[in-house]
Amino acid sequence: MDLITEFTILALAAFIGFEVISKVPNTLHTPLMSATNAIHGIVLLGGILVIGEASGFLNELILVIAIAFGTINVIGGFLVTDRMLEMFKKRPKPAEKDPE
Amino acid sequence: MSLPLASLVQDPNFIRSLYIVAFVLFIVGMRGVTHPTTARRGNWTAAAGMTIAVVATLLDERVGDFDLIALGIAVGTVIGVPAARQVKMTAMPQMVALFNGVGGGAVALISWAEYRGALEFGTNPELDTLIPILFAAIIGSISFWGSNIAFAKLQGILPGKPIGVPGQQFINLALLLVAVGAAVAIAAGSESEGLFVLILVAAAVLGNMVVLPIGGADMPVVISLLNALTGLSAAAAGMALDNVALIVGGIIVGASGTILTNLMATAMNRSIPNIVAGGFGGGGTAPEGEDGEERPHRSTDATSVATQLTLADKVVVAPGYGLAVAQAQHTVRELADELEKRGVEVSYAIHPVAGRMPGHMNVLLAEADVPYESLKEMDEINPEFSTTDVTLVIGANDVTNPAARENEGSPIYGMPILDVDKSEQVVVLKRSMNTGFAGIDNPLFYNENTSLLFGDAKSSVQEVLAAVKEL
Repeated sequence: MDLITEFTILALAAFIGFEVISKVPNTLHTPLMSATNAIHGIVLLGGILVIGEASGFLNELILVIAIAFGTINVIGGFLVTDRMLEMFKKRPKPAEKDPE
Repeated sequence: MSLPLASLVQDPNFIRSLYIVAFVLFIVGMRGVTHPTTARRGNWTAAAGMTIAVVATLLDERVGDFDLIALGIAVGTVIGVPAARQVKMTAMPQMVALFNGVGGGAVALISWAEYRGALEFGTNPELDTLIPILFAAIIGSISFWGSNIAFAKLQGILPGKPIGVPGQQFINLALLLVAVGAAVAIAAGSESEGLFVLILVAAAVLGNMVVLPIGGADMPVVISLLNALTGLSAAAAGMALDNVALIVGGIIVGASGTILTNLMATAMNRSIPNIVAGGFGGGGTAPEGEDGEERPHRSTDATSVATQLTLADKVVVAPGYGLAVAQAQHTVRELADELEKRGVEVSYAIHPVAGRMPGHMNVLLAEADVPYESLKEMDEINPEFSTTDVTLVIGANDVTNPAARENEGSPIYGMPILDVDKSEQVVVLKRSMNTGFAGIDNPLFYNENTSLLFGDAKSSVQEVLAAVKEL
């Protein structure tokens, strides 16, 4: 990919990022921050791409740690977001919940 | 027979097509998270996008050392899953900080490995690869260490109050110059791993130094800022590795994180440069107050509060982080239920930065089954305080401080607050007369219509609840 293509992608994707977030109720800011946090765990792909070309113990160790870090970021991020959002589920009307 | 299939799936265009699917899922997912009804599905949509992106990358023919990849992913899973499963709702912000930090750490490590790899070929990479690597190294390292400090402060490992050294800003500037200077030297042609490590170390110390002096109240903004920075650094790593998934995923987070940071800072009437330049009290106008002497305040007891509440028509609860720490949200909801049975109208006033992050308080109250409709945002509830009989401030301090409205000398002057002092009566549940997280005295406590109920938020609410039941 040439540099100008990369910058084009960069600019357009940045606008998507701006647009997506401009219409968020306050309530969802924390879950949204947490979900976007999980998405930047995509850096995991970087570790996967580089490790095959790496040689030597130190290089491989650095990259295994990087992959582990990226995985924690992705998996932890999405799970924690889900736990937050679980709290927002519609709760059944008290009448239905307690048929006494 | 497997050969044509193998060459198809390893085709770079096939992999890029999968990336496009992943981007669509990211964007649709993030949009989903912006609406309460679709939020949960949105999160899983984004996660599906991530899975596709990972699988697509594994198909790439340049990828090797699958055993090491499996090892890294296994270690990450073993650490990440239990951490995410077991963390308490109140500790969520520091968990997000930690997850953000490891992301930044991954970026810094990858850029280091990439540079080492290039040096083993005996030369610096081309500039269009080298510059993003250097950028990713600086930002990734700042983000990793900054997030760790944010975690340590919120977790109580380090004190929440600002920690500063004299000449802080000068030192920070010097560190930044060292990091950028070393990066420029490498870009100008020095082939030196030593310089690269110097970049990582200078940025690491800078990350520590920048976050240490920031007070707890500003921490949500800082975490959000670091989140955006990690996104940016991931995008830079993507440019270095010529990987479009990293570029898009990273920059979307960088952009959305910047907006979110700005929203939070605006809610606190703080500018981002101000926060980064050194926390509440950085200007010297801070707490060491007007007059040292103790001012009179009224304390009260559970029975009186219970009487006040049951006689009221309209009660507003203003919850803060103290409520969260004490895990009092369930008890508060029980108290509200009990009051509603007696015909009292109860609603909750949610300051945009109540808790430790925007929306954090909503999550905590939703966890306690407080109906969504009772939660009112600041702009909605503020006009209602003048018709409110009793406002119950539970573990909130700075967000109710009228000094933000009245005292121009106050460090929080101009920050939008809940106008709880305008209600007929105010009851503040507090542990002690200590100042809030930001270390600023609160004149609300000395008002004539304010009474203070001292004690742990949860046991205080329990006592009030018991007293209400007896009435």
